[in-house]
Amino acid sequence: MRPLAQSETFMTVAAPLTVGVLAVALWEIACRSFNVPIFLFPKPSDIAATLASDWPTLLAALGMTLRIALQAFFAAIVIGTLIAFLFVQSRAIEMSFFPYAVLLQVTPIVAIAPLIIILVKNTQVALTVCATVVALFPIISNTTLGLRSVDPGLVNLFRMSRAGRMQTLWRLRIPSALPYFFGGLRISSGLALIGAVVAEFVAGTGGRSAGLAYEILQSGFQLDIPRMFAALFLITLAGVGLFTIMVGLSKLALGAWHESEVGADA
Amino acid sequence: MLAPNTALSAKADKQAGAGAPVVEILSADKVFPDGTRALATIDLTVASNEFLTLIGPSGCGKSTLLKLIANLLEPTEGRILWWSGGFDKVGARGRSIAFVFQDPTLMPWARVEANVRLPLDLARMSAAQSRRRVADALSRVGLEGFARHYPRQLSGGMKMRVSIARSLVVEPNLLLMDEPFGALDEFTRNRLDADLVRLWWERKLTTVFVTHSIYEAVFLSTRVIIMGAQPGRICKVMAIDEPHPRDESFRNSPRFAEHCRALSALLTEVSVEQMRS
Ligand SMILES: Nc1ncnc2c1ncn2[C@@H]1O[C@H](COP(=O)(O)OP(=O)(O)OP(=O)(O)O)[C@@H](O)[C@H]1O
Ligand SMILES: [Mg+2]
Repeated sequence: MRPLAQSETFMTVAAPLTVGVLAVALWEIACRSFNVPIFLFPKPSDIAATLASDWPTLLAALGMTLRIALQAFFAAIVIGTLIAFLFVQSRAIEMSFFPYAVLLQVTPIVAIAPLIIILVKNTQVALTVCATVVALFPIISNTTLGLRSVDPGLVNLFRMSRAGRMQTLWRLRIPSALPYFFGGLRISSGLALIGAVVAEFVAGTGGRSAGLAYEILQSGFQLDIPRMFAALFLITLAGVGLFTIMVGLSKLALGAWHESEVGADA
Repeated sequence: MLAPNTALSAKADKQAGAGAPVVEILSADKVFPDGTRALATIDLTVASNEFLTLIGPSGCGKSTLLKLIANLLEPTEGRILWWSGGFDKVGARGRSIAFVFQDPTLMPWARVEANVRLPLDLARMSAAQSRRRVADALSRVGLEGFARHYPRQLSGGMKMRVSIARSLVVEPNLLLMDEPFGALDEFTRNRLDADLVRLWWERKLTTVFVTHSIYEAVFLSTRVIIMGAQPGRICKVMAIDEPHPRDESFRNSPRFAEHCRALSALLTEVSVEQMRS
């Protein structure tokens, strides 16, 4: 038996949990002892109470935001992977189009969201488009890098065995790309959520949304600060949930063989 | 390890064509795109059933020459013939070439059995047939118990043996090996050498082998090519006329020591010439 503090499960679950509980406790104590007014900075217990009382509305808002984020995430996966496959077909294609992918990446979504929302009549679709734009780049760049990162020795082996283009793609390029692809998924899932929330903020100012960002905006107008924090808490929770799912998927796909998932002494 | 197996004995045509040219390198040289002249003009014929070994200093173009023979590289000048024809005819005539690279070159995501089966999968061989061949090749290299392992669960020497098993499943007519045992300890290397030379004898293989070891070259080869560097070229050729199959008793014989001394003297001669020029 190793000491508890060195056990892997303890370190990954219990240690951050302890920090979290301590921070929340400290926050509660500080608010109580300094008598901080609720409209300035609510106590964790106030937030929990709001979460309990406004549960139906908040849950609906969470569902809306998550739906947009997930739609955008899947769209980004499909489009990003297709673009990556296109890029590895020829250097000429990649060199012609990659700068525009970068352009898409560096343009702040807040700046183009109003345009998209005006251009696309359906709010849902407009929000999904915005979030997709944000989530797309990591998938493109990681998958392209992965499809190119093939062991040259294995390429020679496949050539010696007279492998066809399709065989090389399925049996060599795609498995080689998987670790990079999953790395892209982790980043992209978080970005899809951020994209959805940011787009909702922009759309919400026009009163055309019902997601968590809209709840935050409304709570701000009504000075319902605990509700604002509750919505914020749900966004964070959704982000952590998405990330955890991606980590799990990655472990499922790569766990048996890839260094990143196997662990140093496994 | 490379256990004898008479069930997979040589095809009749291989015995009939003993001594016939397998690969003919006709005034070929290799200049890499970056201007490196890896090989000066080379003329070399690999004869059927011979065990040809390339030996020479690091960077003298042994791997490059082997890749030319495997058609993984094209010669800059000159021509190469395989069984007196172009490379595209090799497969059509039912002949195959297997290459054991300097590194194990395994697919990390595939289990040992899938790695070994790869050439058969790529050739679309039926599952039943390939299963038998994979099991046979794995038992030859002494890895029967490791079929379900991943490469990361194996030691360096075991990975190399997987790579050798993979080259054997296709029952190659020409086996190319680039320092396959270079990373192994003396003990394991000697044992694998003995297994390899027996396999070569039983199956009437044609083998081109690269090594840095004089002992290995003498023990295995029917002919040793001594190469010089800058640019890579053939400096000396030495035949090892000793009966086969060879085993540990040959390694301990005075004849073996004599051949080693002779080969060592030739290598020294080549390096002295190299220093002078
Ligand atoms: N792809 C390449 N591009 C440019 N130069 C290369 C390339 N591959 C090899 N060379 C050069 O060709 C020469 C021969 O290389 P090669 O790998 O054939 O040597 P080697 O005899 O196998 O050496 P070692 O015993 O160390 O494996 C070296 O000078 C090397 O720098
Ligand atoms: Mg080499």
